[in-house]
Amino acid sequence: MSSAQIEIQLIASIVAIACAIPGTFLVLRKMAMISDAISHSILPGIVIGFFITQDLNSPLLIFLAAITGIITVVLVEKIQQTGLVKEDTAIGLVFPTLFSIGVILIAKNANDVHLDVDAVLLGELAFAPFDRFLISGYDMGPKSLWVIGTILIITLLLLWAFYKELKLSTFDAGLASALGFSPAILHYGLMTVSSVTTVGAFDAVGAILVVALMIAPAATAYLLTTNLKKMIALACFFGVLSALSGYWMAHWIDASIAGSITTMLGFIFFMVYLFAPSKGIIAVLYREKQQRKEVLLLTFLLHIKNHSEENERHVNHLNEHINWQKVKAQSVLDLATKNNMISIDNNIVSLTKKGEDFTSQAIDFIVTNEDSKIEHIKDDFFLFRG
Amino acid sequence: MVSIIKSVYKNKTIETIDFLEYIQLVFTDYTLRTITLGTALLGSICGMLGSFAVLRKQSLLGDAISHAALPGIAIAFLISGAKSSDTLLIGALASGLIGTVWIKGITSKTHLKSDTALGLVLSLFFGFGMLLLTFIQKQPNANQAGLDKYLFGQAATLVERDVWLMAIVTGVSLCVLLLFWKEFKILLFDEDYAKTLGFNTKRIDMLITSFIVVAIVLGLQTVGVVLMSAMLLAPAAAARQWTNSLGKMVVIASFFGAASGIIGTGISATQNQLSTGPVIVIIASIFVLFSFIFAPSRGLLFRQLRFIKNRRDLELHKTLAFMYHIANTHEDITHPHTIKILNNFQGFTRKTLQKLVDKNYVALDGQMWSLTKEGFDTASNLYNQLNKTNE
Repeated sequence: MSSAQIEIQLIASIVAIACAIPGTFLVLRKMAMISDAISHSILPGIVIGFFITQDLNSPLLIFLAAITGIITVVLVEKIQQTGLVKEDTAIGLVFPTLFSIGVILIAKNANDVHLDVDAVLLGELAFAPFDRFLISGYDMGPKSLWVIGTILIITLLLLWAFYKELKLSTFDAGLASALGFSPAILHYGLMTVSSVTTVGAFDAVGAILVVALMIAPAATAYLLTTNLKKMIALACFFGVLSALSGYWMAHWIDASIAGSITTMLGFIFFMVYLFAPSKGIIAVLYREKQQRKEVLLLTFLLHIKNHSEENERHVNHLNEHINWQKVKAQSVLDLATKNNMISIDNNIVSLTKKGEDFTSQAIDFIVTNEDSKIEHIKDDFFLFRG
Repeated sequence: MVSIIKSVYKNKTIETIDFLEYIQLVFTDYTLRTITLGTALLGSICGMLGSFAVLRKQSLLGDAISHAALPGIAIAFLISGAKSSDTLLIGALASGLIGTVWIKGITSKTHLKSDTALGLVLSLFFGFGMLLLTFIQKQPNANQAGLDKYLFGQAATLVERDVWLMAIVTGVSLCVLLLFWKEFKILLFDEDYAKTLGFNTKRIDMLITSFIVVAIVLGLQTVGVVLMSAMLLAPAAAARQWTNSLGKMVVIASFFGAASGIIGTGISATQNQLSTGPVIVIIASIFVLFSFIFAPSRGLLFRQLRFIKNRRDLELHKTLAFMYHIANTHEDITHPHTIKILNNFQGFTRKTLQKLVDKNYVALDGQMWSLTKEGFDTASNLYNQLNKTNE
């Protein structure tokens, strides 16, 4: 590994962590799309800042762009407050407009601006190490490393200082404001951090990857845990993991680093989405199937209990009466037999002692509709529940 | 785009083309006519279908789908190796639909909310698309240039076939819209009721979402991935302010869409270095802003005026009620009182008094006022109404 390669990976990892922290809160506060809006609408801020400073890494430019980000958030809220359109429409109206203004500003001054819309949207991590930060001729490392490093440190300090306030206002905004924490200040604080991070990162990785780095690791972590601290840690871990693996993938197939980091993020999310224990899609589908089976069994047992006459309890009769397919009816019958709920004698189904107990408890639950009753049933009878 | 006009008007500078000449040029020049027609058609279909997106609170779905279409374009190019826009559009359509289905899958099967799902699909698909695009760019294949026009769109590359395609799609979606009008409408406003009536809401939902995807894919070539969502939203959001009827809204939205397409094309064709997509979006946003402010009944301006008028009415009523209380203590209701007693009362001004006189509720005599019979009746009735509403 050359030193440039190490620097690129370092920058990518730091960007990943710096994005994952505000991203976690954005996902939890259902504001993920705001990050998309900010990442697009900072464009005019960057362009105007660039006209003034002629330097993509100057603090003034970052400041101006961050202000544009906050203006976006404020505009969205103002439009929403008029009640003329819903929040999502407000977001969808504001950022393309601001982005268009940015594009036109660039196009109008294309001759004397070395700023490319592609570069803003996509970034080029591979060039990051060439822009050095020099103090009196001494090489201090790549500029973007310093920029994003500073942002990360500030983010970490703010997170450490306001962790419990953020946590409270995220999960219970009402309680937070009742206790005297201003939700508005926290909200705009978070928005400011998101804007600054987006601006700081866009130069290295581009606007779209910033969105991916904010949302995807947090969403992946959210599928695995319900503990906020663990979620932040997992999000950082996934971010760094995909930054590093994405870099090597880009190296291997010789394509855009930002693109392949996003692809790795997508791959990791997809894997977790499929296989996450208890919240993954496979686990959810399996659980839904189990629940469906349980309901079928319950319906069946109640039916048997309700009818004492033999012809109603005949195996073949069940098909037509409860309107089940043959296979389904057979599987429910098997399940009930396996759990000793019923006994089949000469094709006539009758409840066993256990089955009787179970159904009367179930009826009890249905009549009283108290959760405490069903808990008991689960423990006692639903042996096949995982 | 600019170069086209330059080639037509070689001996003139661009700034000297005046409005009439431009109109003439729209009808005579092939390229300009194609582009104008194309953007107008695109605007109208987007307005039409966007109305549903806006009303269903799926505004950002368009943004996600348009980004999600990018890898489809790249994959279609990788497979076919050709740059024909039809193949690429089919690829875009496929990957847009996959993105939509995945968004629905994420929101229905996990506890992730729709905004997260949209953001995920948007950024992940787009990033993957970028990976493929850069990968294609490094292939030893001379044919790959121009794929990135789908990022920001290039209206100038529209040819007559594209416009025909748009016209056909607009026609088909119009037919489907008319055919399933009541289904769409009921799904839009009362989904549960639609279910109880026995409509297959999932299927209707899929149908309308697919048409939105088709409209977005059509627009990619013209306005590009990034700005497509505004094309979909802005005309509909503007139209929403003018009417409360779905039918009228769809019509107004497609009108706004077409108008922003035509005006945007005109501006970008006559100005130097302005790409069409952003200009159209800005024109559409101006429509939105105008509608927000000036639309009757919903617009901010008229709402403010109404607010002021209501406050004045209320003050007038308050003054009248106060006078009624004073007059009530006397046997003769038209007994005159000095204006001074009213001065302590907050809602009272000379103006409101004059208004009451104009309405013939109060008679003025020098520094004295007295309630008329009519004024007394109105005031007592006012009171009764208030009492009734309080109960």
